[in-house]
Amino acid sequence: MAEERVIGIDLGTTNSLVAFMQGDAPVVIPGMDGDNLVPSVVALDLLPGEGGRPTLTVGNTARKSLITTPDRAIYSVKRLMGRGLEDVQGELKLFPFRLADDIGPGEVIRIRLGEMEFTPPEISAYILRQLKRNAERYFGTEVKKAVITVPAYFNDAQRQATKDAGRMAGLEVLRLVNEPTAAALAYGLDRKKEGTIAVYDLGGGTFDVSILKLKDGIFEVIATNGDTHLGGDDIDNLLSAIAIDEITNELGVNLREHPDLVQQLRKSVIEAKIALSSTESATIDLELPEGKLYQRAIPRDVFEELIASVIARTKGPCLQAIKDADVTPEQIDEVVLVGGSTRIPAVRTLVDHIFALSARGKKAHTELNPDEVVALGAAVQANILSGGSEATENMLLLDVTPLSLGIEALGGVVSKIIQRNSTIPASATDHYTTGVDGQTNVAIHVLQGEREMAKDCRSLARFDLKGIPPMAAGLPRIEVKFLIDANGILHVSAREQRSGKQAEIEVKPTYGLTDDQVEMMILDSFDNAEADLQARQLVEARVEAETILTAVEKAPSNPAWKLLTADEVVRIELTRQHLATAKAGDDLAEIHKATTELDEATRRFAELMMDDAVSSALTGSTMENASEKLGEEVTAPHPMAPAEFK
Amino acid sequence: MTMQVLETKGAECWACHSARTGVKLLCGECGKVQATTSANYFEVFGLSLQLHIDLSKLEQEFYRLSRRLHPDLFARASTNEQQWSLENTSLLNDAYRTLKDPIRRTMYLLKLEGAEFAEEDRDRSNPSRVPVDLLEEAFELNMQLEEMRMATKAGEDDPQLRSDLEQARTQFEGLLNEADQRLEKLWSDWDSALASKQDEGKAAAKKSMIALLDRRRYLQNLVRDVREALGA
Repeated sequence: MAEERVIGIDLGTTNSLVAFMQGDAPVVIPGMDGDNLVPSVVALDLLPGEGGRPTLTVGNTARKSLITTPDRAIYSVKRLMGRGLEDVQGELKLFPFRLADDIGPGEVIRIRLGEMEFTPPEISAYILRQLKRNAERYFGTEVKKAVITVPAYFNDAQRQATKDAGRMAGLEVLRLVNEPTAAALAYGLDRKKEGTIAVYDLGGGTFDVSILKLKDGIFEVIATNGDTHLGGDDIDNLLSAIAIDEITNELGVNLREHPDLVQQLRKSVIEAKIALSSTESATIDLELPEGKLYQRAIPRDVFEELIASVIARTKGPCLQAIKDADVTPEQIDEVVLVGGSTRIPAVRTLVDHIFALSARGKKAHTELNPDEVVALGAAVQANILSGGSEATENMLLLDVTPLSLGIEALGGVVSKIIQRNSTIPASATDHYTTGVDGQTNVAIHVLQGEREMAKDCRSLARFDLKGIPPMAAGLPRIEVKFLIDANGILHVSAREQRSGKQAEIEVKPTYGLTDDQVEMMILDSFDNAEADLQARQLVEARVEAETILTAVEKAPSNPAWKLLTADEVVRIELTRQHLATAKAGDDLAEIHKATTELDEATRRFAELMMDDAVSSALTGSTMENASEKLGEEVTAPHPMAPAEFK
Repeated sequence: MTMQVLETKGAECWACHSARTGVKLLCGECGKVQATTSANYFEVFGLSLQLHIDLSKLEQEFYRLSRRLHPDLFARASTNEQQWSLENTSLLNDAYRTLKDPIRRTMYLLKLEGAEFAEEDRDRSNPSRVPVDLLEEAFELNMQLEEMRMATKAGEDDPQLRSDLEQARTQFEGLLNEADQRLEKLWSDWDSALASKQDEGKAAAKKSMIALLDRRRYLQNLVRDVREALGA
């Protein structure tokens, strides 16, 4: 049996990619349009698909909808993954996200596309499904397993939301890999170097920095830091906001009333931004109503001045990571640049400065395409998980948890139980007791973050330890074990030590989906997929054949059967046997052919039966209930009516 | 976030049925991952309860065990093996993180030996008891720190105060350094008492280490506060 394929997916804020290991090198799988990058844009079609199911398009096609039907399309949904309404107020001012009106505190966000609502993991699932299909088309076989990358600085809720999205898309997520670490794997593949490296990853929406130690094929992450809301998007928003103000003030057009024009503007801004990485000046163009035209030339020095505050925000996390790794910038042997935003010359200058590169006669690594390197690394990790190959032999990734895990203690302070930058899997055990005689429940609030007060950290979940044997206050001793797995996702178990009883835990995840909810959201794998379509047609043809065969079996008991000639009975029996055989096989055309034959052989019988039903119905009945009877027995879909095939 | 039920231990290897000795995370005979048992961090690395540890050997052993236990190697294994790999790797990681750090290692060993520590680092507003010989200097330093914070808040810079604090920093960093050297000497006392099975020597070293760690924690908090106030 052929080795089951495991694909590597980079689920990005702006673009997503799928890659796999071909021989000893990872390669990106292009989509139908030949593009390696699938824009992370999802749009709801105006017309529902077959069977009234909503049809969602993904990628370049959906990107066109951002301008034609902006209220039915969404981009940068990654910014909403695993977050609540109160977390995203800042985003709502900058992004055209349209949310449902009735989202309660602590609930998962729902996004409106046209007349429908979707959660962020569902939107991501549509992107993942597109990548899965691209891979399936490429291989010609089904793909069920994947490694998906996430920003290193993603918290538990954001990771869980990504894993849920994979499941909804019909993918078993074997591992969530941190993006900078994946990039290090891709780079480490062909150079087998030893030493300390830093990965600086500035993407569309997130920033990560990781410091790794490479030794004998082991990639040990020493420290990581970042900002899950910092990236190229912020630069686009900044430039767009300036342009919108200018258009309002100088041309008297309020762009906020024209969502399509805002998207046109954003497109023009992005083009200008990209151009400015290689030219000294670029222009933002926008055609406005009433023949007005907005044209704004931006020289590179002005651009750099404008974005200085955005890119400067990457410095703090870099310095913190260097400090946590207990190294000096000079002790870092290599720096790798990842993410489309690292093409900006000002970003490269900043990196050079932070790590004192040119001062040491060094240059940051950009040999691998910064848009593709994370997906390539995911493919390497996918290969390692599926047993490895010569190219990945001896390679092992040891990653860390980016944020400290804590428990809310008395007075709302956080008691840290697993420190940030601990190698994962990592665990901690904590003990609890009761405060009141006979108390049978204890509530635990789990948080993630570096701040001292619970209210400043990220709430992960509230646990209720139940079924504690009633004892005097302070006597029960409940041991709770917290375990962060290799995906950076937390698992909790508890035990009352005096009674040895496994305590029951009830989890209320904050901004998360329950297992049942995820199950409900698993994407209907039937719509559109070519392979699925064939399977469905086969199933439908068999059902159709079965219906006719059952009817034919019952036919001899019908009075009309006696009116058939001997030849007709033989022909029916032969065609019946033919269909029974065809139905057992996988040949769709053969089943159709045999069904038609049996259908024709029994046509006269069907007519006789109809006549019989009509005449018996009319005998001794009023016309009124006769027609009722006709309604039931004659005009209802007849099992022997001619089969219809599309 | 999901729930897991912990596994219980077995007396022999589930795969090759050879007897399991010690607390090995892997079977000595067939190399298969084993159900998790309660092992202390020293046992994970096959070490006695010693305090002087060769860090490069510790790292080597950490890498060697990681290559055999890590969940990445069990993506296609049975559910049981996946769970054991997860639990054993977390034990290995926790053990490595604790043993490679001299202070964490010392505290862990003392806790194994029955010592109890206040929940250090958990609450900054409740520092440990002030060592008697430091009472006066610590009091003065705290006054200066408060002045410095007020000045910084008001956007002022008092060069005299700054230089006083710089001096205090040098002094307390020196004391911290001294404490670390004394700790290393106590490690030697402990290790030799352990090797020659002298319970009295062990008890004496243990008592001294507990007192020294208290003092060291206090010094470290002071140094941290001075560094913060100086913006270093």
